[in-house]
Amino acid sequence: MKQRWLAAPYLIWMIIFIVVPMFLVLFYSVAEQTGEGWRLTGDHFRRFVDPIYINVLIRSIVLALVSTLICLLLGYPMAAILASREYSRKKIMYMLIVLPMWMNFLLRTYAWMTLLERNGVINSFLSLLRLPALDILYTNQAVILGMVYNFLPFMILPIYSVLSKIDESVIEAAQDLGGNNVTVFRRVVFPLSLPGVVSGITMVFMPAVTTFVISRLLGGGQFMLIGNLIEQQFLSSWDWGFGSALSVIMMLLILASMGIMSKYEQDGGGGALW
Amino acid sequence: MTDSIILQLKNVSKMYDDTHAMVDISLYIRKNEFVTLLGPSGCGKTTTLRIIGGFEEADSGDLFFEGRNINNLPAYKRKVNTVFQKYALFPHMNVFDNIAFGLKIKKMDKQVIQEKVERMLKLVNLNGFGKRSVNSLSGGQQQRVAIARALVNEPEVLLLDEPLGALDLKLRKEMQVELKNMQQSLGITFIYVTHDQEEALSMSDTIVVMNNGVIQQIGTPEDIYNEPKNAFVADFIGESNILDGVMEKDYMVRFMGRQFPCVDKGFDKEEKVDVVIRPEDIKVVPWQEGMLSGIVRSATFKGVHYEMMIDGEDYTWMVHSTILAPVDSKVGLSILPNDIHIMKKKVAS
Repeated sequence: MKQRWLAAPYLIWMIIFIVVPMFLVLFYSVAEQTGEGWRLTGDHFRRFVDPIYINVLIRSIVLALVSTLICLLLGYPMAAILASREYSRKKIMYMLIVLPMWMNFLLRTYAWMTLLERNGVINSFLSLLRLPALDILYTNQAVILGMVYNFLPFMILPIYSVLSKIDESVIEAAQDLGGNNVTVFRRVVFPLSLPGVVSGITMVFMPAVTTFVISRLLGGGQFMLIGNLIEQQFLSSWDWGFGSALSVIMMLLILASMGIMSKYEQDGGGGALW
Repeated sequence: MTDSIILQLKNVSKMYDDTHAMVDISLYIRKNEFVTLLGPSGCGKTTTLRIIGGFEEADSGDLFFEGRNINNLPAYKRKVNTVFQKYALFPHMNVFDNIAFGLKIKKMDKQVIQEKVERMLKLVNLNGFGKRSVNSLSGGQQQRVAIARALVNEPEVLLLDEPLGALDLKLRKEMQVELKNMQQSLGITFIYVTHDQEEALSMSDTIVVMNNGVIQQIGTPEDIYNEPKNAFVADFIGESNILDGVMEKDYMVRFMGRQFPCVDKGFDKEEKVDVVIRPEDIKVVPWQEGMLSGIVRSATFKGVHYEMMIDGEDYTWMVHSTILAPVDSKVGLSILPNDIHIMKKKVAS
């Protein structure tokens, strides 16, 4: 480990832009400015224990969970098809999944606004077919749609990566021992793909629960999520103390969920994207 | 030994892209037989095994199990079990659960499963390993788990795809003996795929030699070694000197410019043939006494014997002998009629 000094630039970068800001957030969350300087306080956290804010948190979690579940239900079969040996258009499919990620996240989300608008592309098309208009912009459904659209690749890719690494002969062994397709999937393929599923869930749930762009653009700001609340504290209300406390709560929540997930990830061989 | 046929392949062919993996293979296997499919890599032996196992579908031909056509029977319904080349153990299960997999699918009683798995662990010398993770086992131990996992289902036929390929020489020899013992004590038909001719010779009741998707010869190990049907078999099974020769008449062959008495007959007059002589069947004698002569080019000690390369007029002989002739010395070579094997030239394709 003689080359340890090579990591120095990165370490400095990390300290300046990650560790220091984290401590600042922690500091603001428990500090209060008074006439003669800073004072330790629990007020910011106490303020959070209010039905309004608790509801915001619950709504964020529920929406994120629903989006994650939809991503899993859509993403797993897609990943399985991609990983299957017989599927020949693998490269094209893979491109189509990755391609949207090359475009800016905001642009993609704005695009959905235009699509979903009352006189937008989808509704014009529907009215052309004399079908009732779809009026979901600025609703929870639109927010979930946005989350699923934006985060689906993060579910597909880790699952695909794990599935494609499963040794074909292990599946054949399971068939050889009398397992039909359902049994083979339930007892061998799915358990072996769990590390990918766990990564996928983590990688979708985390950005989904903290997002504020999707909820503002597609939710029209009608439904405040925890991300919006934090954004508001820092940019509109200038209440850095409360904003920091919310961020700390958010971080603890994510840490806890990661802790739970990592329990299922043991001995999975690391798998996935990292 | 019962003579009843348990498995039969009739005119089975299989192509991958443009290569013929199996060409019109017909083959039957008797109950309790230890059959080895032997050949170089790419000869179609593994494909044959995979078709029997149900992992691959033949392009044409039929497969019968105990007289019933099983062409369309999926792998999980066949009464055969497989030991895979790289073991293919379930990495997320411990040793016990790996072995119990097949029994659990059959929804057997927990108590029965427990007993059967314990008995299997004892059989493969892995007593007390049940709770171990399969990733913590050595190659030889994983191999035993793979065998136990297949055998616990009491298959009629056990398919083994180069199961000892990844093991070191000593362990391989031990496992060969163990496998043979198991096969005999359990009375299960073994179909064994290998490219190792020594393994094939020492374990099998019947050897099927394959090359380029075609069966070259079927016979007992003794038959295959002593009476190879063609130059390919002779060359593949053991080492051989293979020369071009001409059959003068019955019991007389000409090669290297002179006549040799032999024990083969029934060839056309002046028919071109392959002459095969095993290295251990050539005697090194004083120069004047030999039927042929040559100069010793090199000599290598091989343990039991010396391997000498001896330059003749226009052929370099490989000779195995326990007596060393010094390098660069002139020696005579003598061959008994019995040891000259005449083979038909492959029909020009």
